[in-house]
Amino acid sequence: MNSMMMKSGWKAMRALLAVRAPLVLMALLAPIVPIPPATAQVEDYRDIEFPELQDFEIPRPETFALDNGLEVFLLEDRELPLIEVVARIRTGSVYEPADKTGLAGLLGAVQRTGGTRTMTGDEIDDFLEARAASVETNVGNTVGFASMDCLAGDFDEVLTVFHDILRFPVFAEDKLEIARAQARSQIARRNDSVGAIAAREFSRLIYGPQSPMSRLTEYATVAAVSRGDLAEWHARYYHPNNIFLGVVGDFDSASMKRKIQAAFGNWPEGAEFDEVAIEYRKEHKAGVYFIEKSDVTQANVRLGHLGITMDNPDFFPLQVMNEVLSGGFSGRLLRNIRSEKGLAYSAGGRVGASYTYPGVAGFSLQTKSETMGEAVDALYEELEGMISNPATEEELGRAKDTILNSFIFNYASKGQVLAQQMLYAYYGLPVDFLETYRSNIEKVKTADVARVAEDYLHPEKAKLLVVGRAEDFDRPMSSFGEVTEIDISIPSPPAGPSD
Amino acid sequence: MRRLVRSAAFALGGLALAVVLPAQDLANFEKNLTRHTLDNGLTFLIYERPVAPVVSFYTYVNAGSAQEVAGITGLAHMFEHMAFKGTSRIGTTDIDSERAALAEIDEAYHAYDRSRRDLGADPEEVARLEKVWKDAREKATEFLTRDEFSEIIDRAGGVGLNASTASDKTDYFYSLPASKVELWAYLESERFLDPVLREFYTERDVVMEERRLRVDSAPIGRLIEQMLATAFIAHPYGYPTIGYMSDLESFSREDAQAFYDKYYVPSNMTIAIVGAVNAEELLPMLEKYFGRLPAGDKPPALRTVEPRQIAERIIRMPDAAQPIYVEGYLRPEATHPDDAVYDAIVDVLSTGRTSRLYRSLVRDRKIAAQTGAFNGFPGNKYQNLMLLFAFPTPDHSNQEVQDAIRSEIERLKTELISDQELAMVKTRAKAGLVRSLADNTGIGRQLAAYEVLYGDWRELFRSVDRIELVTKEDIQRVAREAFNPVNRTVAMIVNVEPAEIVATDETGGSESSEG
Repeated sequence: MNSMMMKSGWKAMRALLAVRAPLVLMALLAPIVPIPPATAQVEDYRDIEFPELQDFEIPRPETFALDNGLEVFLLEDRELPLIEVVARIRTGSVYEPADKTGLAGLLGAVQRTGGTRTMTGDEIDDFLEARAASVETNVGNTVGFASMDCLAGDFDEVLTVFHDILRFPVFAEDKLEIARAQARSQIARRNDSVGAIAAREFSRLIYGPQSPMSRLTEYATVAAVSRGDLAEWHARYYHPNNIFLGVVGDFDSASMKRKIQAAFGNWPEGAEFDEVAIEYRKEHKAGVYFIEKSDVTQANVRLGHLGITMDNPDFFPLQVMNEVLSGGFSGRLLRNIRSEKGLAYSAGGRVGASYTYPGVAGFSLQTKSETMGEAVDALYEELEGMISNPATEEELGRAKDTILNSFIFNYASKGQVLAQQMLYAYYGLPVDFLETYRSNIEKVKTADVARVAEDYLHPEKAKLLVVGRAEDFDRPMSSFGEVTEIDISIPSPPAGPSD
Repeated sequence: MRRLVRSAAFALGGLALAVVLPAQDLANFEKNLTRHTLDNGLTFLIYERPVAPVVSFYTYVNAGSAQEVAGITGLAHMFEHMAFKGTSRIGTTDIDSERAALAEIDEAYHAYDRSRRDLGADPEEVARLEKVWKDAREKATEFLTRDEFSEIIDRAGGVGLNASTASDKTDYFYSLPASKVELWAYLESERFLDPVLREFYTERDVVMEERRLRVDSAPIGRLIEQMLATAFIAHPYGYPTIGYMSDLESFSREDAQAFYDKYYVPSNMTIAIVGAVNAEELLPMLEKYFGRLPAGDKPPALRTVEPRQIAERIIRMPDAAQPIYVEGYLRPEATHPDDAVYDAIVDVLSTGRTSRLYRSLVRDRKIAAQTGAFNGFPGNKYQNLMLLFAFPTPDHSNQEVQDAIRSEIERLKTELISDQELAMVKTRAKAGLVRSLADNTGIGRQLAAYEVLYGDWRELFRSVDRIELVTKEDIQRVAREAFNPVNRTVAMIVNVEPAEIVATDETGGSESSEG
C-alpha cells in the first residue's frame, strides 16, 4: 500500500532492455548545464529550445590483471565515503547436476553464512553489522557473484572478510540446514503467486522441462545436496583466473592496487573454466497450455518462443522493434491493450537476448477472467500486426529518440559504468560496446525493423500459456487449439526424517 | 509478499534517515541546497549535484488515500493515473470539440449509473443507457492523441517516468538529460495547471485490473486489505489505497476532478529537483512556469483520530496459499518524540542476520524462512502500525512463529538490549543516511518527504541526534507501552484445501462495463 506503483509492468520491461538496465551506482565529474534565461511564456512544448548537452567525460575504469589471472577493474568515486566491491565468478546454476538442482543456490547462501577458516558465520555477522557493512554472495544462471559494501574507513578489515568468504568458505553444516529449510519453504510456496507460476512454467515450455535454465528445484534435489558438494563446487570454479573483481568508491587507485595485490596476489591459479554446452529445446512449435488456479480473478497470459543471443547480427534492429512494440506507453502493446481497450494493467514483452544461450521472445499480460479470450486475441493481433503492419517512420523516430536521448543515463553513476564494463568483459563483448550501441541504433531503418519482425516473431509457432480460473473465461481455452493441461502439484518430500 | 517486502524496504529507508551525519556534513549539503517558495505557496527544493549531466524531478502532493471517505476509496490513485492523460494542449487534436464530447460522457454515465442502481429498473433500459455511455466514450476518442504526454517525455530521453499513490501522498517523478529541464518545467506545470481527465472510464477499467492483480489475485494482498480494515476502525488508513471494487465501479470523472480541485493546490505541493542544475539560473524559469498555478486554500486537516484500541483483533484468512503470519501494534505518528525509539526497536528486531527475529526464528529454531519488521504502515503522518511478520518453514505453524515473536517482544520488555546492539542501531543509521545520498531520485524523495512532514528538509539530517539519544531504557519503556495485546492486530493466512476458501467478491453488487 505504501507504493502503488503505477507502471510496474513497464518498469520491468525497461529493466530487461539490456543496455539500459541499471547495474549499480555512483557519480562523475560533469559540467553544469546552463539554463537559458526566462523568456516569454511558451505555448507549445515544441517551441522550447534546448541548449546542447555539454561534453561529458565518460568515466573509464582502470583495468589490470594479477599474475594469477585475477582481472581487476578500479573506478574512483570521491563523492561519498563509501567503497563497493563486486566479483563475477565463472560458474552458474546451469552447470548443476540435474539430481542436485538447487545446489548453486544453496552454495550462494552458505558461502556467506557458513563461515570461513578463521571466523564462524555468526562472528562474521556481528563483525559486519557493527560496521554497517555487508558482504553477500549468490549464483545466477551463468555467473556467480560476491559483493561487499562498506564505509571507506572500514575498507581494509572488511576486505579481509570478503576475501576469506570468496576464497576460504567452510560451508558449516548448521548453516546449510538453514538454507535447505529456506529452499523447502520456497518450493512449498511456489504455487502461491499466479505470476510466478506463469513465469516458471512458460520458461519450462520454451526451454524444455529438463533444461538447466528451467528445471525445478524439488525437495529431493535439495535433500541430495551435501556440504561436500558445496566444497567441491567451490574448489572447481572459485579460482582467481575465473574471477573479475571490480572496486568503485572513495579510494586512491595506486594504493587500492597495492591492497588488491596484497589480498589476492598469493591465491594460486586453478583449473580453467570448462565451458559445457547447455541443453535446451530448439524447435519452435505452437501449443496451447492451461493451468487451473481457482482462487484468482485474472487470467495470467504468456505467449512466445525462443529469442536470440547477444551476438546476433540483428540485435540492434530488434532493440528498435522491441521499443516500437513495447517501449512504454507509446509502444503498441500498452497503447492498444491498456490505454485503448482497458484490458490490462500491464502488457508487454520483447524478443529477448541472452549471452550464452537464446533468450525468450516472450509476451505477457494479465486480464480479468471474463476477458481472457479477448485479450489473448489482442495480443496475437499485435504480434501479427508487427509483421503485417511494420513500424512506420513515425514509430521508428519515436523508438530511436527514446533510446538515443536517454543514452546518457547509462553513465549516470560510476558504479553503473563499472558494472557494465565488467559485464562486457565477462561475456567477451567489446569494451566499446556501449559507445557503438549508439551508432548501431542510429543506422536502423524501417525496412530493417520490418525484416526482423518477420524473421524473429513467429506468432504461428508460439506457445500460449494461460493460468487462471477456467469457469469464468469468456470462451474456452480450446478455442485456441488443442489444450494441454499442466499439472503443477508439488512432488512430496522424500521419506525420511525431516526437521 | 511483494507489498510486505516493498513496505519493509520503505520503512527501513525511513529508519536510515532517522540518523545524522556530523553537523559539518549538513552544512556541506546545505551549501548546495536552495529552498524557494513561490507566491502561490508552491515550495521547491533544489539540490545541485553535478556528478553527471542528468536531473531528477520529484513532485510530492500532500494527499493520498487518507483523504478519501467511503464511496470514493481509490480516487487519489485514480487521479494519479489521470495525471498522465494530458492537458488542453497535449493529448488532443481539438480541445473544444473534445470537451463537448467529455460532457456528453459525463451525462450519459450518470443516466446509466442512476438506472443500474434503481431497484425497479428495466434491464433493457439499463443496457440501452450503458450503450449510450459507451458510444459517447467512443466518440470522444476521435479527438484524442493517445498517450502524447508520456511520449513527449520518452522521446526527450526521460527515464523512470512513474508515479505512486499511498495513504499519505501521491508522487510523480522522472529524470531527463540536464539540457531538458525546461521541458519538464513546462510539462509538470501544465499537467497540474490544466489536466484534462480524458479516457477516464477506460482507465478506471485499467485500475480495476490493477486491483485484481495486486489484491484479489494475490494472497498477501487479500490478507493485508483485511488486516488494515480491522486495525483502523475510524481512521482512513483502514481504506485500501487501490480502492474497493464497488467504488472503482462507481466513482465518476467529476469525482476525480473534485479531488484534484481540492487537493492539488500549490501550497499542498512540494517539488524537489536534484542533479546537474544551477538554482540561481533555474528559479526564474520555475517562477515563469509554476507561477501560473493559481493559489488555493490549503486543504483542511483530517478530523478523525484513530481511537485508543481497547481490544485485540485477530484475522484468520483461510487460503490455498502457505501460512504467513503478521502482527501489528498501533503506534504514534512519525512526528511523535518517541519516533526514533520505535525505529530502534524495529531495527533491533529485524535488521540483518544479527537481528533478534532472524537469530531466533530463522537461525536457531528454523521455524521461519524469513522474518521482518517495519514502522509506518500504511503511512506515518498519523497513528500507524509497527508490523512484525514471519513466513513459517514447511511443517511449522503460525502458532510456533507467533510464540517465538512474542518471546522476543517479552525480552525487550523485561531485559535491556546490549550495548553492542544499540551501537549497531546507531552505526547503521549513520551509514544508511550516507548511502541514501548517492542517487538523485532518492535524494529528491527524502528532501520532499521531510519538508512536508516536519516543515523543514533539514530534519533528514537532524534526526541523527534523535537516534543518537535513544537509550536502552527508552527501548524498554516504549516496548512496554507498545507491545500490549489490546494494542495489537494479528493477521494470518491459514492454509486450507481450496474447497474451504471463501471466494473474493469481485463485483461488489453492481454490474458495470465488464463482460
